[in-house]
Amino acid sequence: MEQKQLTGSQAVLEACIAEGVDTIFGYPGGAIMPIYDALYDYKEKLNHVLVRHEQGGIHAGQGYARTSGLVGVVFATSGPGATNLVTGLADAMIDSTPLVCITGQVFAHLLGTDAFQETDVINITMPVTKWNYQITDAEEIPAVLAKAFYLARSGRPGPVLIDITKNAQLQNFNYPGYTPCNHIRSYRPKPVIRKEYIDEAVALINNAKKPLVIFGQGVLLGKAENEFKKFIEKSGMPAAWTILGLSALPTDHPQNVGMLGMHGNYGPNVLTNDCDVLIAVGMRFDDRVTGRLDKYAKQAKIIHLDIDPSEIDKNVKADVGVWGDCKETLPLLTLGIEQKDRSEWLAVFADYTKQEYEQCIEPEMFPSKEEMTMAEVIRNVNEITKGNAVMVTDVGQHQMVTCRYAKFNQSRSNVTSGGLGTMGFALPAAIGAKFGAQDREVIAVIGDGGFQMTLQELGTIMQTGVAVKIIILNNQFLGMVRQWQELFNDKRYSFVDIESPNYVMLAKSYGIEGAKVEHRKDLVDAVKTMLAHKGSYLLEVMVGKENNVFPMVPQGCSVSEIRLK
Amino acid sequence: MEIKNEKQEYTITVYTENQVGLLNRIAIIFSRRKINVESLNTSPSEVQGIHRFTIVVMESRDVVLKVVRQIEKQVEVLKAYFNTNDEIVWQELALYKVLSDEITEKVKVERLLREFGARAVAIRKDFIVFETTGHREETNKLMEALAPFGLVEFVRSARVAIIKESAGFHEKLKDFEKREPGEEVIENEYLGKREAVFTM
Repeated sequence: MEQKQLTGSQAVLEACIAEGVDTIFGYPGGAIMPIYDALYDYKEKLNHVLVRHEQGGIHAGQGYARTSGLVGVVFATSGPGATNLVTGLADAMIDSTPLVCITGQVFAHLLGTDAFQETDVINITMPVTKWNYQITDAEEIPAVLAKAFYLARSGRPGPVLIDITKNAQLQNFNYPGYTPCNHIRSYRPKPVIRKEYIDEAVALINNAKKPLVIFGQGVLLGKAENEFKKFIEKSGMPAAWTILGLSALPTDHPQNVGMLGMHGNYGPNVLTNDCDVLIAVGMRFDDRVTGRLDKYAKQAKIIHLDIDPSEIDKNVKADVGVWGDCKETLPLLTLGIEQKDRSEWLAVFADYTKQEYEQCIEPEMFPSKEEMTMAEVIRNVNEITKGNAVMVTDVGQHQMVTCRYAKFNQSRSNVTSGGLGTMGFALPAAIGAKFGAQDREVIAVIGDGGFQMTLQELGTIMQTGVAVKIIILNNQFLGMVRQWQELFNDKRYSFVDIESPNYVMLAKSYGIEGAKVEHRKDLVDAVKTMLAHKGSYLLEVMVGKENNVFPMVPQGCSVSEIRLK
Repeated sequence: MEIKNEKQEYTITVYTENQVGLLNRIAIIFSRRKINVESLNTSPSEVQGIHRFTIVVMESRDVVLKVVRQIEKQVEVLKAYFNTNDEIVWQELALYKVLSDEITEKVKVERLLREFGARAVAIRKDFIVFETTGHREETNKLMEALAPFGLVEFVRSARVAIIKESAGFHEKLKDFEKREPGEEVIENEYLGKREAVFTM
């Protein structure tokens, strides 16, 4: 049989199609031109979104991956195109987001010669990719891309970068067809589940008087929301989330006791140091969650479920490490645990919630002072969306407030930069999130600082017509840093006073409708107008300049030393 | 089992695929934690096509365990072990260049070389190169002894080590090549029950 001849570039696109990719975020340039030339003929099959900056492209890819559960695909050129991906790669690495990034590279014979737009992207991205590889011969393309997609999505997901030299993109070769990869001998996506550890964990849970479940993104990544719900419901245990675990369990679930960590809820933080068994599911004990480690849950037996063996004992020593995919380990635990009523223990959480509500939540959600608060904006959004929207946040005060107060009924609804804390993440991520969940309302909540980091992506919204709702919570400060300066640096406000352009006019120049709200009386209608609007929309809300986010676990303090004010 | 956690020498043995850039991926794991690599050797292993890294670090057991897990997490790494010095047999090779005049004129030097079991690997009119193998202390001693007699050059190789308890990698590789690894793929049993499980 005569084999089909393809160019390397065509083989790249065939791989994308075979992997079920429908959207690519990218930006062309010299070294990736052959792939873009081939893309011209694939326009019907592959939707390419032209972003305004490669960082925007990769954050969009992340947003897409987070709402769709699929692999995000990003194209960029060599040199600056590739280096502009680095922040997004680091973000995707620490937040376990599946991405395949394809970068163009100079001709193979020019490698190492400081050619125009040459950069050693493989070595630059090595610490921030799950795997990366340089292709210099088109023959390698089908197998390497199959490996890339497999690695990105399997096991603990992560970003993969494939660098392809221009000669390989141009090269004609006998295309053997595309064979998906599902095994690499040196790679074990999932550890073997060990029954003895399941049994030990079950025994600990059954004997526990005050067990507390804390869960992270592992539940979402493992698509184990139902398994998780069954697990906590059978044993009646309270469950608290990390910000990446948010939306895996509906906000209104009676056992959902709230958010962990620095700006988390009062109960789960204090009671972490009171529970007798702490069951961590698909989370990695980030320092923002644990506070001071040597005073973290010392009284408790710790059960840690994770798919990544290197996470067990990394920060918190586990008494029982349950290696494995939580989609498989949770049902095994559920099978063994006893049905229990733990309403007394849940009532303790309710007690803390009441205190927090009176001292922190109510004054923020229903403020009596003249200035608007971030929380009341989110409350207004909740009232209309009923918790059905995808909320995309940037980094800072507005992020903490949104994660604390936004309501969620559905999984995969919270998109935020958790581990890396990348300001400028939200606007491009929201674009990607909308492409990944086209039938859902996507609302980006962004601070005035973060918005100005990647606002060029308004151009992407303009050109694609993607219906993203943008709320800028403008406090005229880099609020989180200002809050720390107020609390810990004697109000020495060092370079946190940030000015803004006229956002509504800016949006208008991109053909995006918008409004600005300065008084509470206009807020409800403004939110309604925004959400009723068909296309994209920008709403700027002027909030109190010096509002702080509380509760707060000050750095270097234990979680039980959380401050309500 | 009592576990010592003070800093000591650990020898990390890593079985890997032969892939460009993997050395860097492994090195990054150490440099990220600001751990100095005392010695690093790459070589073929007992299995064709599988490479073997031997890395020596001075660290506490806790840190080494975390580092080894992160090494093992790399896609092209098949398996990583770590061992204390009493669990391995190891050697280093050292070369010494000495001026021929010194050797021929001073009987003491000749006696010294014989005492340390040094072998001459190159003999020229102007200089002679000797070689010894052994532990660092042994090769160091000869270097110190030769110093007063005009040691021109000295170089020592990285450590190579054999794990006393290891049965080699042939059988394990078969397990790795299976799509569904059996429960038999349990490694590092000498490190206690806990570590037995972290391997897949």
